[in-house]
Amino acid sequence: MSSEAGQQHPLGIYYKIWILLFVLSSFSYAVDFFNVQGGMRWGLVLLFMVLKAGFIVAIFMHVVWERMALVLTILGPPIVLLLLIGLMTIEGNYTSGTRYQYMGHDPNAVALTPSDLHGGEHGEEGEHAEEEAH
Amino acid sequence: MSEAAISGAGTMPGSSTLVDDWSADKQAYHVPWGKAMMWIFLVSDTFIFTCFLTGYLHVRLTTTEPWPLQSEIFALSFGGDPIPLILIAIMTFILITSSGTMALAVNFGYRRDKAKTFWFMVATAAFGASFVGMQAFEWSKLILEEGVRPWGNPFGAAQFGSIFFMITGFHGLHVTAGVIYLLTVAFKVKKGHYDKKGYEIVEIAGLYWHFVDLVWVFIFAFFYLL
Repeated sequence: MSSEAGQQHPLGIYYKIWILLFVLSSFSYAVDFFNVQGGMRWGLVLLFMVLKAGFIVAIFMHVVWERMALVLTILGPPIVLLLLIGLMTIEGNYTSGTRYQYMGHDPNAVALTPSDLHGGEHGEEGEHAEEEAH
Repeated sequence: MSEAAISGAGTMPGSSTLVDDWSADKQAYHVPWGKAMMWIFLVSDTFIFTCFLTGYLHVRLTTTEPWPLQSEIFALSFGGDPIPLILIAIMTFILITSSGTMALAVNFGYRRDKAKTFWFMVATAAFGASFVGMQAFEWSKLILEEGVRPWGNPFGAAQFGSIFFMITGFHGLHVTAGVIYLLTVAFKVKKGHYDKKGYEIVEIAGLYWHFVDLVWVFIFAFFYLL
């Protein structure tokens, strides 16, 4: 039985994935550091997130080497969650639309920052509008 | 066993085969039972964290107040200008480093190298503990200096605080539990408890630890970056 030997793999693959995770995390952080905004920000952050999650599950958690019965038990049920996320997105957008329409809030309002409140030098870096306002 | 022989008169067709299949004492997962159980626990935990994150998605979509700018709130200054999100980035790198040392511990466990397994697990637990320490620092900074509360904050949408404390708090609880779990297993490895039973337990503990890292990947993306 394969399980008796356990999940034994050459060390090299762990080092490679480890480095890859570092690189992907740095890319994620760079997106924020260089203040990428809008659709590009969403696309890049989600891409690096999915890649990182995929490598952790596949290699570090050994799912690529498991038998199909276990893999489907692990990856099957969470697919239902995508439905929940999709439904809540539709519902949330509808709710916020009606709230802006009937409650008269400003959809383009920008949040305050710590430098606004603590009276620090008003750097102009805080002026980027939140992309969710669109 | 033939189907006709089992199904009694008057019972629903198929019900006897259903009972038969689920009581047949067959092994579906060809892994140690502890590993199958850990996976089932992790799948259920996935549902819990996804429900939290979906709640966050919905609250953030529906609030009419502007969402606070995480990049500025979590900025930290080392003497000079504040560097955006730097503490969170360091925490992310620490957790990834700990995932790497854990993967090595699992590997050395299967090679029956007790000393290396022990030390890599202790290193993993130490990284985990430092992660929790930085989280405690982050929480106290937000609570004491910025005045963020679960019911409100000076920056924008009130829900920011409740989402932040709930999601990072629940994750921090997982990390803390993981540190205790890893140290327990590490010392049992050192004492030779698994010499006869085999070292699957290190892989099972590793699965939990990688899962904690995995959850952080999503929190980092959705809560801090987007």
